[in-house]
Amino acid sequence: MNDQAKFDRRSFIVGSAAAVGGLSVGFHLPFGDAAMAAEMEPEVNAWVVVKPDETVVIRIARSEMGQGTLTGLAQMTAEELDCQWAKVTYEFPTPGENAARKRVWGDFSTVGSQGIRTSNELVRKGGAAARMMLVAAAAEQWKVPAAECVASEGTITHTPSNRTTTYGKVASAAAKVEPPTEIKLKDSKDWKIIGKGLKRLDTPDKTQGKTIFGIDIRLPGMLYASFKQCPVRGGKIKSFDAAKVMGRNGVKKVVQVEDYGVAVIADSWWRANTALDAMPIEWDEGPNAKVSDQTIAAWLKEGLDSDDGLVANKGGDVKAALAGAAKTVEAVYAYPYQAHATMEPQNATALYTDDKCEVWGPTQNGEASLAAASAAVGLPIGKCEFHKTFVGGGFGRRGGGQDYIRHAVLIAKQMPGTPVKMLWTREQDMTQDLYHPITQCKITAGLDKDNNLIAIHYRISGQSILASLAPARLQEGRDPTTFSCFEPGGTEAAYSYTVPNILVDHSMRNPHLKAGFWRGVNINENAIYIECFMDELAKEVGMDALEFRRKLMDKYPKNLAVLNAVADKGDWGKPAPAGVYRGLAQAMAYGSYVAACAEVSVDNNKVKIHRIVAATDPGYGVNPSQIERQVTGSFVYGLTGLFMGGINIKDGKVEQENFDSYEMMRIDRMPKVEVIIMPSGGFWGGVGEPTICVAAPAVLIAIAAATGKRYRTLPLRDYGLTLA
Amino acid sequence: MLHLTINGQTHAVDVEPDTPLLWVIRDTIGMTGTKYGCGIAQCGACTVHINGAATRSCGMQVGDAVGKQITTIEGLAHNGTLDKVQQAWIDNDVPQCGYCQSGMIMAVTALLKRKPKATDADIDSEITNICRCGTYPQVRAAIHAVVAQA
Repeated sequence: MNDQAKFDRRSFIVGSAAAVGGLSVGFHLPFGDAAMAAEMEPEVNAWVVVKPDETVVIRIARSEMGQGTLTGLAQMTAEELDCQWAKVTYEFPTPGENAARKRVWGDFSTVGSQGIRTSNELVRKGGAAARMMLVAAAAEQWKVPAAECVASEGTITHTPSNRTTTYGKVASAAAKVEPPTEIKLKDSKDWKIIGKGLKRLDTPDKTQGKTIFGIDIRLPGMLYASFKQCPVRGGKIKSFDAAKVMGRNGVKKVVQVEDYGVAVIADSWWRANTALDAMPIEWDEGPNAKVSDQTIAAWLKEGLDSDDGLVANKGGDVKAALAGAAKTVEAVYAYPYQAHATMEPQNATALYTDDKCEVWGPTQNGEASLAAASAAVGLPIGKCEFHKTFVGGGFGRRGGGQDYIRHAVLIAKQMPGTPVKMLWTREQDMTQDLYHPITQCKITAGLDKDNNLIAIHYRISGQSILASLAPARLQEGRDPTTFSCFEPGGTEAAYSYTVPNILVDHSMRNPHLKAGFWRGVNINENAIYIECFMDELAKEVGMDALEFRRKLMDKYPKNLAVLNAVADKGDWGKPAPAGVYRGLAQAMAYGSYVAACAEVSVDNNKVKIHRIVAATDPGYGVNPSQIERQVTGSFVYGLTGLFMGGINIKDGKVEQENFDSYEMMRIDRMPKVEVIIMPSGGFWGGVGEPTICVAAPAVLIAIAAATGKRYRTLPLRDYGLTLA
Repeated sequence: MLHLTINGQTHAVDVEPDTPLLWVIRDTIGMTGTKYGCGIAQCGACTVHINGAATRSCGMQVGDAVGKQITTIEGLAHNGTLDKVQQAWIDNDVPQCGYCQSGMIMAVTALLKRKPKATDADIDSEITNICRCGTYPQVRAAIHAVVAQA
């Protein structure tokens, strides 16, 4: 019986691979970082610990939420370390340790498909430095020049004398070697571990129920809390009657959280939650109780023609070009709110003692969670600590915002000395999400007499994520995330067609729901707006959609390469089986280039996806097996949003509360996806999100080809279209 | 006191008989491999075996589980050897975030016990667990691998 997780005094959450035993949860009380450090295995450097049995522990700063970053980062460190991959295991340093060590592990943020690409140099240098120190230690023991020694697979050889030793034998000595100041990384052509589709390090535990997610934290004497906040965002608590539930079995305390929430603390979560459900609560819902889908849509519609546009991309003179165009084409698209619905609902466990606060939980940004805990409890960072667990789905929910961390800490602060695990119900999770923002887009294009696209105006109207989550990051009022895929160049998410006169502007209108980052973020809708309308234009001028795009893509060879790849493998231009139609989409997203070709048939409003071909060029492919899984998984996420997603608002409240009303794609509707991974080198792009942005448009375009109808508003369930 | 038989061991628990079995397994007994996902028997993250049948433990009152053989993900391996489904999961590197996978594996092991030669149609109709990461192609490949050995 596994009644309690094992505790040790280390502040790492330690993982297990084949090489080591079970998983223990980092827990150290009282605080004593120096004592803790002394108990730790001596590290070679911040990134690498080599144990006497040759086990190599690689420290992973970024969060693992399924995307495989853990394994990819370990591969990159191991590549430069030249250790045996079979001996590699991992652990998560804490953000508190990072702060204490001058951010030696860099940024903990695991958002924006950045895990691999923004830390690749740091983790590779960490591995290379450790290797150099291990070699130097061996050379010193042998009294030979380090330059005469080589390292491979965890063994160091003095070439002239053929003497050998291992990393495990010299690790303690290496820890005392002065770290190198000049580090040369391997040329990509010499990589042996990077680029291989190695098995994930976290799979064995995940098949045996051993992985510790935030919800699985168990601490001695721990109590449980269920939390509920005003169903209308912006509303407040008027009153609650704690006396009605205080006499129930196991109920310990009822606490208010902020001015809008209340929690019941009990000796089991079920008792806490049933008491919370039974407790009379009166809400002051405020003026937002009048908001509905209809009021939001009407407000956004006004923004399609308003004169308050915040300009993001401007070239030439769109107004004049449209006025002089031989023909203009116009369409209005709309994208709804979407809930993250991470399989692990939001939760965190906090312990407040005297003047200290320690928190455990699933997060995409350990440093942000630590900062949120510190702010909530009112203590400096140095008196707080946060322990990252494995994350049961992130999708952006657990990066910005950190609302659930704040709530857990505010609850625990009212129960000093006792650890309290706060867990949201699925209903609380779905109705109090930080939703994918709602937008509409009016697109107006001008064609000359030869049917060349000479002008295009994209007017976005709708909600800004940054205005909701991080207003300080707005740039002169503009939210750059709103314009992903519309950027005039750059290395992240450039608009990748040449149109001489272009204007992209945004009328920002922020309804009361909180907006957040939802896997793929604004590229989800922007790629629909761009790609579906490109297909409309091609149809308008009677051209093949691929040829029409090619004419505009001279300056975007990497985009064109992935588009050509899916067109080729997807049999674009060749006859399709009877009743089967194809759609193409491409984009640059998160620094990578992606494209998809979808094949569908539509029968009596039932959409059957026969096949999808998807290509991705992420620059370098660290683990092709994981890239393939991210690409196929992206279609589940993107197509769930397209067909079944969409959050509805009535009386200011979110109508969908659970998976019965907010449906998810299941295995029976998973289409066949063929993945082309074509890293062209020379840049580092993301993988976790980019493909989502071509999933919906490729399928929408194919549906238009099949039905002759343009479905311009998501989700498709609103039209009665279902995925067969 | 209620007496439960989980993975061959008897546990005495002092809980209200209408408590969902899920929460008794997780919080009272402390076996956390079985997950909470929805509480309304939709997602399957809480799937366990009751007398060998895949059952969503969030929808079963603990009182109804008394006297039955309950198996959780922790009890699937025999004498340190993983179940062939677990092994196929490792061979096919199925999990991403992994949160739904305990329930997915429990659903699949129950299916393959009844239908060792399960077809794609069987998979489509009987494996209804939700995976937000989208591991479905790997889940299907792993099931095919086990079926191929049967």
